Amino acid sequence: MIAAESGLDAGGFPILTALVLVPAIGSVLVAVTSKRRPEFVKLIALLSSVFTGAMSVWMLSSFDSSGSGFQFVSKHEWISTWGISWHLGVDGISLFLVVLTGVLFPLAIIGVDPHHDEKPYLAWLLLLEAGVMGSFLSLDLFLFFIFFEIVLVPMYFLIGGWGYDKRVYAATKFFLYTMFGSAFMLVGIIATVFLARDDVGKITFDLVELATKANFAASTGRWLFFAFAIAFAVKVPMFPLHTWLPDAHTQAPTAGSVVLAAVMLKLGTYGLLRFGVYLFPSAAYTTRAIFLTLAVIGIIYGAIAATMQKDLKRLVAYSSVAHLGFIVLGTFAFTSQSISGGVLQMINHGVSTGALFLLVGMIYERRHTRQIAELKGLQTVAPVFAALFTLVMLSSIGVPGLNGFVGEFLILIGSFATARWWTVVAAAGVILAALYLLWAYQRVFHGEPDEDNKSFAELRWKEGMVLLPFVAAIVFVGVYPKPMLDRIQPSVDALIAHVEDHSSYVQPATVKPPATEGTEAP
Amino acid sequence: MIAEFNAPSIDWFALSPLLVLLGGGLVMLVVAALTPPWPKRLYAFTTVAIAAAAIVMTCIQWDNISDSGPKFLVGDALSFDAFSMFGTIILCVAVALASLVTDDYLRREGMDGPEIYALFLMSTIGGVVMVMANDLIVLFLGLETLSIALYVLAASHRKRIESQEAGIKYFVLGSVSSAFFLYGIALVYGGTGSTNFNAIIASFDNAPGERKDALVLVGIGLLLVGLGFKVAAAPFHFWTPDVYQGAPTPVTAFMASAAKTAAFAAMLRVLVVALPNWKDDWRPAIWAIAVLTLAVGAISAVVQTNVKRMLAYSSINHAGFILLGVEAAGHSGGSTGEGMPRAMLYLLLYTVLVCGTFAVVAVVSGVGDDRTGLDSFRGLAKRKPLIALALTVFLLAQAGVPLTAGFTAKFGVIRAAVEEKSYALAIIAMVSSVIAAFLYLRIMVSVWLADGNDADAAAAEPLRVPFSSGLAITLCVGFTLLVGFFPNWLIDASDKVVEVARPLGIGG
Repeated sequence: MIAAESGLDAGGFPILTALVLVPAIGSVLVAVTSKRRPEFVKLIALLSSVFTGAMSVWMLSSFDSSGSGFQFVSKHEWISTWGISWHLGVDGISLFLVVLTGVLFPLAIIGVDPHHDEKPYLAWLLLLEAGVMGSFLSLDLFLFFIFFEIVLVPMYFLIGGWGYDKRVYAATKFFLYTMFGSAFMLVGIIATVFLARDDVGKITFDLVELATKANFAASTGRWLFFAFAIAFAVKVPMFPLHTWLPDAHTQAPTAGSVVLAAVMLKLGTYGLLRFGVYLFPSAAYTTRAIFLTLAVIGIIYGAIAATMQKDLKRLVAYSSVAHLGFIVLGTFAFTSQSISGGVLQMINHGVSTGALFLLVGMIYERRHTRQIAELKGLQTVAPVFAALFTLVMLSSIGVPGLNGFVGEFLILIGSFATARWWTVVAAAGVILAALYLLWAYQRVFHGEPDEDNKSFAELRWKEGMVLLPFVAAIVFVGVYPKPMLDRIQPSVDALIAHVEDHSSYVQPATVKPPATEGTEAP
Repeated sequence: MIAEFNAPSIDWFALSPLLVLLGGGLVMLVVAALTPPWPKRLYAFTTVAIAAAAIVMTCIQWDNISDSGPKFLVGDALSFDAFSMFGTIILCVAVALASLVTDDYLRREGMDGPEIYALFLMSTIGGVVMVMANDLIVLFLGLETLSIALYVLAASHRKRIESQEAGIKYFVLGSVSSAFFLYGIALVYGGTGSTNFNAIIASFDNAPGERKDALVLVGIGLLLVGLGFKVAAAPFHFWTPDVYQGAPTPVTAFMASAAKTAAFAAMLRVLVVALPNWKDDWRPAIWAIAVLTLAVGAISAVVQTNVKRMLAYSSINHAGFILLGVEAAGHSGGSTGEGMPRAMLYLLLYTVLVCGTFAVVAVVSGVGDDRTGLDSFRGLAKRKPLIALALTVFLLAQAGVPLTAGFTAKFGVIRAAVEEKSYALAIIAMVSSVIAAFLYLRIMVSVWLADGNDADAAAAEPLRVPFSSGLAITLCVGFTLLVGFFPNWLIDASDKVVEVARPLGIGG
């Protein structure tokens, strides 16, 4: 993440702009298509999301894995009077999040049936995709804020329109909580821009210019950092700002939960890295104890709360609180391994929790309940389904050989060097994860099925095809994470170098990666 | 001793926007009253044409001002600058949109005649005088012209008792606030020796003994009460929900847009142009009023169940946001800084938003204009998806969601406040907007998500979207989105308003 932007597409196809605009245009097209032609609606939605996914994969294939700077940069004047530009770019930190977003949405569109009002449902889903893409790609504070805020609207309508019993309550809570955080961030953004005016020499919302040129006084930097951090802490969500999450997750329709868990929560952890640590390295470093502590509380609290849940979806939701605690722990441990592990874990959590929500959604489709107590012995009647559930669950627990282990292990090993006691406590969370997931599995899948559960249908072909990419990713990353780490590592190292330049932090020599090669897979 | 009266020379061409409105108002009042009823829609579209002509003249004057600079008219009584032209445009937009909404409303409610339009235009003239005024007495004349027409308009739905009540309430409370304002003028006159803004500024150079600061400060306080009443700022807001709810919906739209604009423009001019030397005294007062207004507007709105009342409280909340701009202008004396331009920009964007919102309310409220409860909006998305969509755009914009005009407006004033390091005020404003968002979400829940228990009853009387209201709503939606995506041109234009007319030698 250095100022020099290796512009691969200087003058070429603006792929990042296309990644944002294609789903947006698809959303508009879906919205204006006649309600009487449902087949067109579905087709347009599928085409635009699949096309976006294909573009994101193509971008991945042409991504220069040795570069640490932003690639495929596209920059255009937008609101020039205020120094705001349409500035998109991707680096190792955002790369896989973008790909995950691109691949996940078509799967969610194919795999989940909204049951009613398909047209607005698909339009909102595509708009959501555009917003999430934009958030991950923005390199302009104003632009980022716009995307960060705009995703609330489609998500609000998705939860409120296609959710379960208490959907309106959950949707409103979700909207207001996130907006509350953003309120501080907006003031923080503007204050950052004005306070950096002298250092930068002009009014600009450009992230790279602000991060490289601005020098804030220690206390000023802390206030600004907190203004940003509140918004991200709500989004992550970090204890004690997490209470919107179980409601939103539980009440959201399956596709909403999948998207929420897989990519939208990452807006928080990604934001902390990109707009917290990168923009205010010194402030982030000096206040790390607060975030480490909250992260560890989140890990333990999320795990304990998950153990107590009676509703499968709520259980997965609380497990997200715990998992994201690991990512925050890795972020604020400031070592190359811990942050790389955190970035990798963002993807892993997206894949495994996304798959878990899909599976829970399938259970609900069959049984119209998510209560653990009402499910029993599903393993006997649907062995393949149970096997898939087991695999995804083990990945979420972090069993070696699957993706969750790689991320968590890197985080713990990296954090141990700089945040020892926090890491020790956090490691206990790994065990707790095994406890709540295995216990839930035992209650739902083991035993003899009673009358209601006897007719539980086995996995269908279509469902299997939707889950296949998730399973493939879980196994591949678990066995061979090197390609991903190779692309993540340079950007993370550049970020840490940036922190070292701008604060008193020096990375302990023991965790420094070898200068030439990326970290080998553990 | 006045020996002789020297009639000031008058630059008639510079006054052309005002004259167009005046001529148009007289046509509506005299000609339309004496001729047999005009064909359907002609009254409304004549009013729109008059407003459009005034906007055209304003743009011509805007060009002249850019070329030759601001100046004073009619013996320093009126100021001729980009600020007053910008304000005039907002008022003309408000009257045009309100007339479009009024058109079908009158026919639906069985109300008669062109006098409503004449009153709209008269009220607008008062507003234009307010934004141009360079003398406290002239300002008062404008204020009364605006208000008296509004009192009548509020009570103009003769078949609704609530409308009568609103008119009386507005009249009594408005008169009291006018009295405060007038007393404030007297005290400022006593303190500075003049009611003319130029002379008020000059008085600051007097020897300390000759100036009576105490009088001026009390006077400023009373002026703030008078203007605070008109902009619906807390704690002078108590009339707002009742009057907004009771008044005919198009009149409410006009009140929320035009009256607010005129009063805010006057407040900016009085405080920033006439009284910048006392800015350290009035700025804390504005700060306190702003905080109170933001809080009252957001928090009281939450418990309402009538959409018109909700929007009344939301308009109080918006007033708080605009006060952020006033406060920011108070730091720099308005000569530089973003306070003034952003407050004016906010007023323009809010005018369009609020007119659009009330246009939808007018359509939904049905014959009798009393179905404005939250329940009446249930299932609107099923009955009229496009209207529901338009309302959603307006509500999201009012909540400050990005890519709408409402975000541009809020971002602007927050920016102005942060530039002057009013961080606390900016944070309070943003948090209040989160609370206020709850209110917009509640309306949206009714429109989109509520199960239509009453939908059957409502479906019995299908909603009709008349042409003129539909036109107004379409224009407002288009503008809201356009400015959300491409605000550059409007920001540039509003930046010009800082070049207010000032007497020579006072550079601000």
